[in-house]
Amino acid sequence: MFYISIFFRYASQYMKTRMSYRSDLVVEIVSDLLFQAVNLIFILVVFSHTNLLAGWSREEIIFIYGFFLVPYAIFSSFFNIWDFNERYIVKGEMDRVLTRPIHSLFQIIIERMELESLFGVITGVAIMFYAGSQLGLPFMWYHPFVFLLMVSGGALIYAGIFISLASISFWSDSKTDILPMMYNIGNYGRYPVDIYNQVIRFVLTWILPFAFVGVYPAAFFLQRSEWYTYAFLTPVMGIIFLSIAILLWNEGVKRYRGAGN
Amino acid sequence: MSMYVEMIRIRFLMMLAYRTNYYSGILIYSINIGAYYFLWQAIYGAQDSIQGLSVTQMTTYIAVAWMARAFYFNNIDREISQEIQEGKVAVEMIRPYSYLGVKTMQGLGEGIFRLLFFSVPGMVVIWLVLPLEFTSNVSTWLLFALSLLFAFIVNTQLNLITGILTFFLLYNTGLIRAKRVVIDLFSGLLLPISFYPLWAQQVMAFLPFQSISYIPSMIFTEGFEGSEIYVALATQLFWSILLFIPIQLMWMLAKKRLIVQGG
Repeated sequence: MFYISIFFRYASQYMKTRMSYRSDLVVEIVSDLLFQAVNLIFILVVFSHTNLLAGWSREEIIFIYGFFLVPYAIFSSFFNIWDFNERYIVKGEMDRVLTRPIHSLFQIIIERMELESLFGVITGVAIMFYAGSQLGLPFMWYHPFVFLLMVSGGALIYAGIFISLASISFWSDSKTDILPMMYNIGNYGRYPVDIYNQVIRFVLTWILPFAFVGVYPAAFFLQRSEWYTYAFLTPVMGIIFLSIAILLWNEGVKRYRGAGN
Repeated sequence: MSMYVEMIRIRFLMMLAYRTNYYSGILIYSINIGAYYFLWQAIYGAQDSIQGLSVTQMTTYIAVAWMARAFYFNNIDREISQEIQEGKVAVEMIRPYSYLGVKTMQGLGEGIFRLLFFSVPGMVVIWLVLPLEFTSNVSTWLLFALSLLFAFIVNTQLNLITGILTFFLLYNTGLIRAKRVVIDLFSGLLLPISFYPLWAQQVMAFLPFQSISYIPSMIFTEGFEGSEIYVALATQLFWSILLFIPIQLMWMLAKKRLIVQGG
């Protein structure tokens, strides 16, 4: 309860600060939309030169992309920790966080949230509905529930990977650019993994399981039954990766000695 | 002048201090390029060539585009924006050097560092793993180097413009992000410009972005031939000169309306 009320206080505070630079907020939402458009344009341009991508049609790839946007939007709203090392370790902000009576990770999450990224949920769902109707996909009563389950799984996987990477900063306090670069790798989970060679497919499934954020769960709604096992592993993978991340984080915090100031 | 060379050196040494950065950087760039390689193999499928580029040329294009990005890419827009918000820029303005010049030199120091410790070893790794074609033609390499330098100039100028805009917008993270997305798409990093529908190509011809990635990569993969190369280099030169004008104008205006937000 305590955590929930803190969350809402931070959220309302956040709204106030964002509203004071309103024009930047608008530009930021537009830039998110632009980012989503860029990926769509990529798919459209590519499919103007080919009909199938490893047996997947244009609409199917668009559908996968629409699905991917939803967990990604949730992740980027709440787990905005790509500059964790620079901001909290190098500048010594972590000292302040650790004096607070709530879990340090939770504190950082609410400090750094970017609620406007949630617009991605709307675009993602809209894209899915568009592609789904083009493909004539059936809509069942249980789909929204499965969708919620898989989206949470995907968001947890993303969160797990990035929290784990951020935790590395506790061991090596030198500056690294791994996190921003990792964003690119996340994109490859959006394409059918059968196009990659064994090594990359293995990495995208079990080590940096971005395939569970895009193609695997989306395959369920696309009725690609050969991927159903993977699709239903999504929430399991989410829980596993988040647990690993929190363990790593807690271990890391114990080792933290304060590097800044 | 020697002061600016010193700026390059200092930034270079600063980058050298963060060693984990380049090991992880080479690894991640390699994975990145590797994934694109397979994506493009799948896109080509049974086709021999698309828009005059063979699949080998295409994958080389992507590899070179990403490696070139390591050189021209820098965060000086974010740095300028931060220094303006923190009020540090007021101090910088009274120092006996050109603030924008210093920022450019710092970007160059970063670029040279990444080129030597990042792109070159990265290229070797990728070349060992993937069947890419690197030309043995010395003049192509030289023309590529020249066009890469122009790419740096144009990209840095756009970064300066975005950074200076903080003076007028006060808060600028949205615009910086938007600029990055636009450059990735319109510069030809993700897709060669020749893959776009004709109307889009015509629009992009009027924009400076293709000078950043498309032109150097096309020169390297020999997708441009003969006079096309010189037209492309002239386009880059044209933008490098033209973009000086808005920068100078904006900087003059900015000095007049300097609002120190903090510090």
